[in-house]
Parts: sequence; structure tokens; C-alpha cells
Amino acid sequence: MSGADVYSLAPYLVLTIALLVLLLAVGFARNHLVATAVTVTGLLATLIASVMTLGAQPRTVLHLLHLDGYAGFFNILFLIVAIVVCLLAYRYLSGRRGELEEFYILVTTATLGAMVMAASNHFATFVLGLEVMSISLYAMVAYPEEKHPPLEAAIKYLVLSAVASTTLLFGMALIYNASGSLFFEDVGKIENARFQIHLQIGQAMLFGGMAFKLSLVPFHMWTPDVYQGSPAPVTGFIATVSKTAVFALLLRLAADGSALTNPVVVISLSVFAVLSMVVGNLLALRQSNLKRLLAYSSIAHMGYLLIALLGLGRLPEPGFAVAAAMIYLAAYTLMTLTAFGVIASLSSAQAGDDAQTNKQYLGLFWRRPYAATCLAIALFALMGMPLTAGFVAKFYLVAAGVQGEMWMLLWALVIGSAISVYYYVKVIYDMTVNDTPDEYPHPTRGMADIPTIIALAVGVLVMGIYPTPLIKVVQTLIGDFGS
Amino acid sequence: MSLLTLILFLLAGGGVAALASRWNVNAPRWISLAVLVSAGLWLLGTWQGGTEQGLYAIYHQAWVPQFGISVQLEMDGLSLMLVALTLFLGLVAVVASWSEIKFRHGFFQFNLLWTLAGVVGVFTALDLFLFFVFWEVMLIPMYFLIAVWGHEQRAYAAMKFFLFTQISGLLMLLAIVALVYVNYRGSGVISFDYHTLLVAKIDPDVAWWLMLGFFVAFVVKLPGVPLHTWLPDAHTQAPTAGSVILAGILLKTGAYGLIRFVVPLFPDAAEAFRWPAMALGALSVVYGGYLAYSQTDFKRLVAYSSISHMGFVLLGVFAANQLAAQGAIMQMIAHGFSTAALFMMAGALQERLHTRDMTQMGGLWKRAPRMGAVTMFFVVASLGMPGLGNFVGEFMVLMGAFQADVGTTVVAALGIVVAAVYSLSLMQRSFQGSPAEDAEPLADFGARELTVMGLMMIALVALGIYPQPVFDMAAPFVETFLGARP
Repeated sequence: MSGADVYSLAPYLVLTIALLVLLLAVGFARNHLVATAVTVTGLLATLIASVMTLGAQPRTVLHLLHLDGYAGFFNILFLIVAIVVCLLAYRYLSGRRGELEEFYILVTTATLGAMVMAASNHFATFVLGLEVMSISLYAMVAYPEEKHPPLEAAIKYLVLSAVASTTLLFGMALIYNASGSLFFEDVGKIENARFQIHLQIGQAMLFGGMAFKLSLVPFHMWTPDVYQGSPAPVTGFIATVSKTAVFALLLRLAADGSALTNPVVVISLSVFAVLSMVVGNLLALRQSNLKRLLAYSSIAHMGYLLIALLGLGRLPEPGFAVAAAMIYLAAYTLMTLTAFGVIASLSSAQAGDDAQTNKQYLGLFWRRPYAATCLAIALFALMGMPLTAGFVAKFYLVAAGVQGEMWMLLWALVIGSAISVYYYVKVIYDMTVNDTPDEYPHPTRGMADIPTIIALAVGVLVMGIYPTPLIKVVQTLIGDFGS
Repeated sequence: MSLLTLILFLLAGGGVAALASRWNVNAPRWISLAVLVSAGLWLLGTWQGGTEQGLYAIYHQAWVPQFGISVQLEMDGLSLMLVALTLFLGLVAVVASWSEIKFRHGFFQFNLLWTLAGVVGVFTALDLFLFFVFWEVMLIPMYFLIAVWGHEQRAYAAMKFFLFTQISGLLMLLAIVALVYVNYRGSGVISFDYHTLLVAKIDPDVAWWLMLGFFVAFVVKLPGVPLHTWLPDAHTQAPTAGSVILAGILLKTGAYGLIRFVVPLFPDAAEAFRWPAMALGALSVVYGGYLAYSQTDFKRLVAYSSISHMGFVLLGVFAANQLAAQGAIMQMIAHGFSTAALFMMAGALQERLHTRDMTQMGGLWKRAPRMGAVTMFFVVASLGMPGLGNFVGEFMVLMGAFQADVGTTVVAALGIVVAAVYSLSLMQRSFQGSPAEDAEPLADFGARELTVMGLMMIALVALGIYPQPVFDMAAPFVETFLGARP
């Protein structure tokens, strides 16, 4: 391993060191505040390392990790989410009895797993990253173990996720049988024509497993239950990091290999996309629980994102589709995290369920103006209102769709967005209702909660009002991607 | 002060008004008033400053250069008149809601000013992306105005309003992006600039679909039958200030979109679409009037009458000759005043009687003579009495439309008869007759209301007797509008 390799790997190394420090610190003396501080410092250091290595020459390190600007972009996104989740979790968890410090270790390992996925160009790192992330997440979901819903959610997530992982693994095995290689770029190759059918089935299983992880319709059943049962900061992490990591990997897989030339894959992805956009939004209409509503809305958003993925095979300049996906994922992460941040700031690990029924949000504007305004901004952004990140992102997708002339998918996007307006606005209306009794016992106010969600909401607005710098960064980062 | 500062000034004024409510309940109203008056004064100065290449003001600044998006604001004669209308009716709205709004004064004025800022943006933006941004953004504060301060069924009405506009907006977004892409494929330049897209070469089949995307968005806002159903609910449930702004200004954004974008961007497709569009216009005129007559709710009646009146605009825009286009512009302005006044009256009555039901009114003239006289004036204006602005607009539209298509014009002309019927029945049912025995005298209009109403009367009379300045102001635009046709 050369010095340049080490330099490229710096974010991963820094995060691993931070993880070790955290383990030692927790082993030496348990203190919630210290553990949070160490974690946030470690994540910040990693963030700095990621930003510094962002401009470096793309390198494939140890054959299994391709460290380029694309991976760097997502790493930065993951680290921001991880920091936010730690800040939110501090007050959220502090009322809970028992040990709290391990939660931060789990956040760190999950982030590390996601970072590995973003850089992975080989099935080995794919599985490694995915499992490191998922296994950490199971424990994070079940962390408030004295309560029933988190446990139920964790079991559900564990079992169904494991099924998806095995499907993925079997798919990989079949692909390997046909191509004799585990590198993404060889996914479409066939050593022996006899194995054509293996390749086909393998690809179908692979994309099916991915569709499960992205909770695309018809593989979405687990999502609302897991979102509802998980503690709010963890839901925020699952909704953003775990989805973004899988999508980033899927995009690289599609760009490197030739899976998108397989008509079966293209058609089934298109069907998943349309179904997710329409069914996801239709089911969200019926929710009276904000977390479930956001779960269905995230299903729909993953459906929108598939437009960018499918555009990869159709656009005259595939780079535009990649840029669209990156911008959309960044926007989606910001706005979803803002929404869950608000939920977390109104909830606590010790006091019953999280604030999520629509009754608990009645008149929130007048009771908690800052939290309510941030939630409103997040919901307007998810709806795709101009001057928010959501609009810039949707605009990119529409532009990609128009260039690829994918009219079917665009109609589904329009219909899906149209349906979604209703349920997002419904929540906002609930928050404006006048003079409601305050039914929900407020958790103790944390120092970090409100500033954190305000910062996120401001981010959503800034990205919407002045997206030029971000677009510029993305355009430079995708320079050599997929070529 | 540039055009951008004007918009930012309104936005900032809203912010200050919202904050000011913390230390004084009355402060937000006064701040709003001051902001609107000073914006109006600036506009007056700009108008007097004269034109440069037909523009009173222009602002240009790159925004997202990668996509050829810029902050491109231009104010020609048409825009100037509509911005002036916006600021003036904004003032009316503040005055009309002076005593109506009982809580969250700061947030109310905030929403009011932000809506106005959005509308000013819509009337001046000549970058399609920016136009779309303003188009959507003005919805949110308007939504809050209805949802928070509205009447009994505000949740339903606000949601319906938001859904209709937002969904039709999505179609427009798709059409905008597709238009830009078509232009990019043809010329190799990505640009959202109006002037660039004006000369884009578009395949006729594609142009047809793109035009429909814009058309639907604007006709929803106008509103034209059959996409009008949001309007009666939104207008009836909104607080007075909301109704004044909705009817007086927001409907005009739809009309403005048709005249500024649909026909000039897609002249051939619009030509081919002339008959259906004019038929829709005529249908709106007659059907809107018919529905207006069947109402017992004062506000609802006025709301339906708006559909009828805006039908003339649709007719005039697609008839696309000088008479009809000038008439449509005149109708936009005159209708802004007359409807705003009637909605203000509806609000004043509701505040005093706590009902909008005309079956419970009657004989109000005796109880509040000044209100009666004022209502009479605007009812007569609304039915198209010669000598007032509305007459000029409707008459010119019909004259122009007659040259373009006889059948639809004849149908639309019936609308004038229907207008007389519903307008007079409004007057009769609410103000005439004898009051109930035990009726107490009503608090009649005071100086505050009379001043505003008086100003609107003067405006309508001036438009009716000497409309030439409006035609002169609009002339350069109308010329390019007609020039866009083959």
C-alpha cells in the first residue's frame, strides 16, 4: 500500500481510529456526554478528512474500494447525518435507564458500513459494507429495549432484511457462476453461453434484493412498521443513510456493469418505479401517523429516484443522470432528516411512544414555532416546492426524464407528486389549527435539538435558493464516474 | 430601488411585520400600510421616469448559470399596470381586514405581504424558471391566509385551492422543462430566458402538448370552466383580505400567463386551439353567470361572477386581435377593482351581520345607506354599465372576438344579460325591501372604508370615461403579442 493509497483511505482510517478511541473511552469510564462528544469529534475529523481528500485523484485501493469523488460526496453526506443523529440522540436517550454509550458506537459502525458501500466496486465490499451497516442498525432500532414497539420493529427489520441479504448473496453467486468475477464491471460478462440463464436470474435476484433494501413497491411492506417502531433519531438514520448508501451502490453497479442492457432488469425497475411512485403516495394518503406517512413518502421518493437510475442507460450524457441522482439524494437526505429531527426533538426514549399521531401535531405552530416551521419547510421541500432543496432535486429528475424521453415515468412522477401534495399539506394544516389543548407531555428541551434542526432547515432552503455551488461541485466530482 | 429590491422590500416588510407583533398588536397593520404606500410611491416614480426600449425597469442577474437560469425581471407597460393594481389592492386588503382579523396580526400581515411579493414577481419575471418559482411560492402564504383566518370550512377550501394550483403547476413545470430541452436540441443553448424561447423552433406536434401544459395551469388559476371548482370555496372561505387578493390579483396571474406566455410562445398551436379556447371562455361567461344567479351566499355569488367575468379574458386572449387583446387587458384591471370592492363589501356585511346568507338580509339600504349606495355602484359596474371600466373591457372583447369567431361571441354576449340578472338580484335580495321590524341600525361605513371604496370608484369611472392611457400603456406589448402570430 502506497502513501497515496493511505491518503485516499484517510476518511476510513480516521473513522476507524475514532471508533477505537470511543470503545476505549466507554470501556474506561462510562459517561453519556463524553461518549457523545468523542463520537461527534471523531465524525467531524472524518468529515474534514473527507472534504480534504475530495479533490484527490480517484484511486482503487486494495482492488476492492474505488475511492473517487462520487464516494467522497456520499461519505460527506453520511457523516453529516451521523453527526446530526448523535446530537439529536443525546437528549432523546438521556432519560432512558441503563447504558447509553454503545449507541454511539453503533452509529459509528453503521456510518463506516455506509461509507464502504459508497466506495465499493466489488461484491465482497458490497456485502461487507451492507452487513456492517445493517447489523448496527438492528441494534440501534432496538436500543430503547424496555419498550415494545422498538423491539418489534427490530425483529421485523432483522428477519426481512436477512431474507433480502440472502437473496442478494444468492444472486451474486449465480452471477459469479456466469461471469467468473465479483467485480461490478464484469456483471454483464458471460464466460460460457450455457450460463446465460444464471446471469439473468442472478441479476433479477440482485436487483430484487436491492429493491427490498430501498423499499420499492412491491418490496415495501416492512418500511412503515420499522419507521414507526424505531426511535426517531434512528428512523432518521435508516431513512437517509441506509437508503442513500444502497442507492449510491446500485448506481455504481449499474454504471460499471452492463445490467441496464438487460431488458428484464430495465422493465422490472420501470415497473417498480411506477408502482412506488403511485402506490407509495396513495398509501401515504391514508396515514394518520406522521412516521408512517414519511415511510410511504420515502417509498415514493425512491421511486422518483429510479428515473435517474434508468436514465443512466438512456440519456445522451449519462453523467447528467448521475448528477441528478446525487443532487436528489442530497436533497432527500436533508429534508427527510429535518422532518425526523423535528419528530425526535418532540419525543424522548423514556416517555411513551414518539410524537407521531396527527393529534400531537395540532397547533404545533403556536406551541413550538421553531420546530413547526422547520417541519413545514421539510414537508414543503418533500412536496417539491420551489426555493427548497426538494424542487431543485425534482427539477433535475424532470430534466433527466425529459432528456431520456421517459414519458411514462414522468407521468407517474407528476401523478405521484400531485397525490403527495394532499398529505403533506394536511400535516401543515394540522399544525396551524388554533387553540388546541396540549395533549402531549413535552420532553425536556435539549440544548442541541432546536439549533440542529434549524441548521438543517436552513440547509434545505439554501440548497433551494442558491444551488449553483452544489451543482458545480457535483459536476466536477462525476468527472470520471462510470467512464 | 430595482425590481428585485421591490420584491425583497415586500418580503422584508412582511418579516418585520411578523416580528413587530411581539411588542404591539397594531404595529403590523401600520407597517404593512407603510410598506405598500412606499412601494406604490416607488412605482409612481418609475412610471414617471419613463421607458427605455419600452421597459420601465429591468433587472438581470445570473442565478444558476449551468442551466441558463437567471433572475430576469422586466417591467413593461402591461406589467407596470398589473403591479400597480397589485399594490393598490394590497392596500385595500390591509384596510379591509383592519378590524376583521382578531388574532396573530403579525403572521397575517406577513402572509399578505409575501403573497403580494410573489404576485409582483409573477408579473415581472421573464425567466421561465423564475416565473415558475414565483408562481408556486405565492401559493404558500395564500394557503395560510385561508387556512388560518378563513371561515367555517377553511380546511377543505384551503386544501382544494392548494391542490388545484399545485397540480396544474406540475404540468406547467413539465412543459417548461420540455420547452427548454426542445430549444436546447435545436440551438445548443440551455436557456430559460423568455426572449430566447420566444424564437425557439418547435415541432408543431410537440408545441401542441407544451401549450396545453401551460394552458391548463393558467386556466385553473383564471379560472375557466371546467377547472373552476376550487374558486367558489376558496373565495367564500377566505378572510376578506384573502378574497380581495384572490379575486383582484391572483386570478389575473392566470390571465397574465395566457397573454404573456401561452400565445406568444406557441403562436401556431394557439391559433389551432383558438376555437376550443374561445368556446371555453364563452362557456365560463354563461355558466359562471348562471351559477352566480343560483347562489344565496353573498360571497359565493360574487365568486361565481368572477368566473363569468374572467371568461371574457379567455375569449379576448385567444381571439387575438388588437381590439380583443386590449379589451382583455382592460377587463383584467377593471374586474380587479369591481370584484375587490364587492368582496370587501361582503366582508363588511359579514362582520356586522355575522352571516353571508342573503335570505337573512334584505332592507339593508335603510339600515346602512352608505353601504347601499356603494354596493349599488359596484354592482352596476360589474354588470357592465357604460361609462365604467368593465363595460369598456367587455365591449371591446366582444367586438374583437366577433371578428375571430361569431358563434362563441354570440354565446358570450348572452353573458351580459345574465350579469344584469344576477347583479341586480344580489342588490335586491340584500339591500332592497324593508328591514325586519326589530332591526337595529347597522354601523355604516366609516371614513376608512369610504376612502378606499371612493378610490376604487374613481378608478372605475376614470377607466370607463377615458380608457386611452391603459391602451397606450399596453400598446407596445399588444403589438408584440400580435406580431407573434403568423
